[in-house]
Amino acid sequence: MMNKDLNNKKQQHGNSMKKKKNKKGGIILFAGILIAAVILIILYPENKDASIQASYDIFIELIQILPAIMVLMGLFTVWVSKEIVVKYLGHASGITGLGLALFMGMIPTGPLYIAFPIASMLLKKGARVANIIIFLSAWACIKLPQELMELRFMGFKFMIVRLIFTVVMVILMGLFIEKIDGSSKSSEVKSIED
Amino acid sequence: MRINITVIIINVIAILGIGISFYKNREKSKMALKVALKGTLNMAPAIGIIIVLVGLLLGFFKPEFISKLLGNQSGIIGIALASVAGAILMIPSLVAFPLTASLVESGASISVAAAFITTLTMIGFVTLPIEIKELGTKLTFLRNGISFIIAVGIALIMGAIL
Repeated sequence: MMNKDLNNKKQQHGNSMKKKKNKKGGIILFAGILIAAVILIILYPENKDASIQASYDIFIELIQILPAIMVLMGLFTVWVSKEIVVKYLGHASGITGLGLALFMGMIPTGPLYIAFPIASMLLKKGARVANIIIFLSAWACIKLPQELMELRFMGFKFMIVRLIFTVVMVILMGLFIEKIDGSSKSSEVKSIED
Repeated sequence: MRINITVIIINVIAILGIGISFYKNREKSKMALKVALKGTLNMAPAIGIIIVLVGLLLGFFKPEFISKLLGNQSGIIGIALASVAGAILMIPSLVAFPLTASLVESGASISVAAAFITTLTMIGFVTLPIEIKELGTKLTFLRNGISFIIAVGIALIMGAIL
């Protein structure tokens, strides 16, 4: 037990270290790009006004919408825990399962690499391969805050058409991959259940 | 300053959400705000990069150049370029939309925009090792491979109907 705790702590520590490193990398990259931009503008001053105007415009647009999006994500993170996602996905099957997998994936609860362990655990618990693929894909590309940003910047028509096609394609892909993958995993799970 | 209707609706939803949340549970709501703040700080470098890049992009490249490289006449090459870039790059999808929108404004085609956004979100080149470890090589390559094909398909269809 203590060993396990220790391992957990180590892992958490490792994760936060990694995050810090990522953040530092991001800041360095930002600084680099900023310096490059300044040099470019000194070299080609005729582009200065247009560049600054474009940057300013995008900054204003972001500041109008990003805080609200982040607050929504925060609310989802707090009120819809990972456990709830797992609970509902583990049991459902058939059309309900497909729909639920899609819906659960849409709820913003973190980056994709968090979804992989959840997906792997659900597979081991006996969830359908199709559901898992749909869940992962929805998590990756049909997140609610993402759709809101898309609506704001790309327009309603673009957002809704892409959403509809993505949902249809993702469901087809899930069923297709299940068919190809089929035999091995589900039989394994069945034999364990027996 | 132009404020559009989407912005108003989203902000109203966020304010209502946090209001209801505070009414129901103060502690949880504070935590939600903390998560939001942390998320924003984590994303800050990426946001800064996008702001600078969009400025350079629109300031330095003439719309004719962008539309030649990524516009309708660029055809399948533009889409291929956008798909591969989207699959490899690690841009937070939230800030990828303003970038894509400014590309479209300066002449990139709808297909290119759709291809870029779809591969960017669905395919994780950098996270492949984690995915393989958790789900196995077969599922990982099937998912990412088919997603790439789907992205190109969606891009072509959207270019045709929008």
